Amino acid sequence: MSRLAVARTIAAALAFAASIAFILIAPHWDKVGDIKGAQMGTYFIAIVGLNIVTGYTGQISLAQGAFMAIGGYTTAFLVTHGVRDLWTIPVAALVAGVFGFLLGIPALRLSGLYLALVTFGLAVAMPDLIAWDKLSSVTKGGQSIQLFGSKHLLGQGFNDVTVLGHTTSFNRAVYYLTWAIALVLFLVAWLLLRGGPGRAFRAVRDSEVAAASSGVHIAAHKTLAFAIGAAYAGVAGSLLVIAVAFADPQSFPAKLSLTILVGAVIAGLGSMWGVLLGAAFVEFLPVVSVHISKSQGVPDAIYGAALILIVLLLPAGVAGLLKRAASPLTTRLYTRS
Amino acid sequence: MAPLLELEDVRARYGSVQALDGVSLSVGEGEVVAVLGGNGAGKTTTLRAISGLVTTSGDVRFAGERITRAPPERVARAGIAHVPEGRGIFEELSVDENLRLGAYLRRGGFSESYERVCGHFPWLERRGAQQAGTLSGGEQQMLAIARALMSKPRLLLLDEPSLGLAPIVVREIFRIIGDLNEKEGLAVLVVEQNATLALRSSSRAYVLEVGHVALEGPSSELAENESVRKSYLGY
Amino acid sequence: MTDFLQQVVAGLSSGSIYALLALGIVIIYRSTGVVNFAQGEMATFTTFIAWTLVDHGVGYWGAFGLTILIALAGGFLLERIVVRPVEGKPVINGVILTIGLFILFGGLSNWIWKAEVRSFPPSRPFPTSAWNLGGVAVSKQDAGILAVTLVLMVLLWLLFRYTKLGLALRASALNPTASRLVGIRVGWMLGLGWGLAAAIGAVAGLFTAAAAPPLDPNMMRPVLIYAFAAAVVGGLESPIGAVVGGLVIGVVLNLISTYDTHLHLDLDRVRLPLALALILIVLLARPTGLFGRQVVRRV
Repeated sequence: MSRLAVARTIAAALAFAASIAFILIAPHWDKVGDIKGAQMGTYFIAIVGLNIVTGYTGQISLAQGAFMAIGGYTTAFLVTHGVRDLWTIPVAALVAGVFGFLLGIPALRLSGLYLALVTFGLAVAMPDLIAWDKLSSVTKGGQSIQLFGSKHLLGQGFNDVTVLGHTTSFNRAVYYLTWAIALVLFLVAWLLLRGGPGRAFRAVRDSEVAAASSGVHIAAHKTLAFAIGAAYAGVAGSLLVIAVAFADPQSFPAKLSLTILVGAVIAGLGSMWGVLLGAAFVEFLPVVSVHISKSQGVPDAIYGAALILIVLLLPAGVAGLLKRAASPLTTRLYTRS
Repeated sequence: MAPLLELEDVRARYGSVQALDGVSLSVGEGEVVAVLGGNGAGKTTTLRAISGLVTTSGDVRFAGERITRAPPERVARAGIAHVPEGRGIFEELSVDENLRLGAYLRRGGFSESYERVCGHFPWLERRGAQQAGTLSGGEQQMLAIARALMSKPRLLLLDEPSLGLAPIVVREIFRIIGDLNEKEGLAVLVVEQNATLALRSSSRAYVLEVGHVALEGPSSELAENESVRKSYLGY
Repeated sequence: MTDFLQQVVAGLSSGSIYALLALGIVIIYRSTGVVNFAQGEMATFTTFIAWTLVDHGVGYWGAFGLTILIALAGGFLLERIVVRPVEGKPVINGVILTIGLFILFGGLSNWIWKAEVRSFPPSRPFPTSAWNLGGVAVSKQDAGILAVTLVLMVLLWLLFRYTKLGLALRASALNPTASRLVGIRVGWMLGLGWGLAAAIGAVAGLFTAAAAPPLDPNMMRPVLIYAFAAAVVGGLESPIGAVVGGLVIGVVLNLISTYDTHLHLDLDRVRLPLALALILIVLLARPTGLFGRQVVRRV
């Protein structure tokens, strides 16, 4: 292995280890706690998914929250129909992934701006769609689906859970479950993105013409990216529903999609390493901003300002950030010497 | 008498490409001056440097005033009208609207300018409502020049007026330019690939090569010049 | 039949609001190439400003006018300071920026004015009674909103078509470089475009608050989607298309609400998804919109 590759691998391993340490410690730190920690984990997963679609493949998707809704409701539906909660997670991923693929097909014909418009509309319209009478056999219309007390849910939603001989509280169990899945999914994404598919995605993002002439099947990769991104969101949605033990149309408002976008932009679209930072930012800003004012508007004002500042202060644009961030830090450090 | 337009050691770049590497030239009051050169020599960039469409260093002076790096709006206000490569007309607007835009800087002088300009291009009056994009290439070029004239400029910058036009149309355009110069004393700086025509229509000329002036002098002399004849006149 | 006509008029009234917002979106898109996702939230923000003015004793129409001026100035400044850097850059920059503005303005509205329910205006702009025109009850408010909207449209049309400023605005949007060569301060024109759009949005916000009190920070969320649908249907570059689209969508949505009970499809609940479906269908079938500009180019 070249020195560069070794350096990269070591850096990656260190970062990974640091993350794991953080995750193990976090719930004991009362500023974080199990519940917020788990929620941060769901954001984390959703952001990774968004990164794949938008950051790496260049398709602007503002509907990540909508796919979370699909995943979340899949879980809610299945659990109330007798399926063990853990088994619903891959199903949620699959269902959301299929819908992602279905959106990916018309998306092929939509330019960036139009795709942003359509996905934005999807995010805003999703709660109403969920509450639609005609879908109420699946979604129970505007009413919430209660999982609390269900025997198919870990600890019925409130009791202690015993896993492999250890007993922890429900919230703690959810926390570990979420982060275990998050780490696995992160690794999967990382492997995917540094391999052939990742290169293809980036090629599609940077120049479709060049990609096509090097034999990359544009349509296949674009729809695949959508499917994967949506599948990740589906898992996130599923975990969210499990954590709060219910699902209703307001669990997945338009704001959710935008919050995930904020997280992804903070993370650095097209870079995997900032995702932890992005997830932490969107999860804990509301906690911190209470010191400024109790108003609900403050975190939003700051999220908005953050997006604006990031776009403005990077003259090469977020697209430039995409390209710059695509080469890992170690490469840049090394090539300078 | 100081020249109307003076460029001194002007440099300009596009990103990392140095397009102008120290160009110095001048245009006197009422003179027609041609700028010749091959592709990529920097001819168009020279005009863009005057108009402030590209970042420049060096000195650009117009009627004694420094206009280096002045924004295009200010350059226009100083009395320079630039007909860019590709004509720069508003294709979606009508002929009339294009002309009105030409007179943008003139307060209330529209009808007087309009009459004057229609004197040179009588067909403009008849086709006032026509969408500019539907005109033929030659007509569009004439519209572009007409629009430039609406502001009653002291100096006209013309970028490749003959590009893509039939010879008979080109000859007509240069005849009109000659007319304007003689009758109204309009100074013209014309960039042209068609060297024969350019030399015949101008009193002085510059030959640009790779961003700087390689040759300069009276047009009649340059037309006789051995290397000019070989490279640009084809014989 | 009278019922139907009544609903059409009511639909035209709400459609006017969609048309106004859509028109703002089109003006901004044509001049700066950016789709302003924050158009609705900016309207809400300015409406809250109007509320504050009225709360401090300014009469309704006085506050109306003042708010429009504030919006004009605010939009202008916004373009020059915040939007200028992303013009001409990759699409995603503009999207993230305006989404940022969306979130920011939403947050500011919430923060400054809290989420309290407030009725606005304390004095209604139009009387709440109705006229009886041949058996059809036409709400004076609906008529008022429609009338003011139409007057605004005509004024804007006159501005763009017949004034030097309007011509300069159009030229700046079509060909900024040629405009600068002619002496137009294109930067100011682009700023003015945003200012006009913000002012139009302010009117839309004020009418929304009047039509559907109380004043709530989320009131423009659905309106934005309907406005997008109207703008897209008209082709993002066609002002006339946006207006017609807005009015048609207003009428159709209103008729759906009215006759939904007969259809048992619960369509009233899914108005937003229907608008979304419309957007998708139009963008897939005819990306230049139904009224897309036909620019004839001689080859």
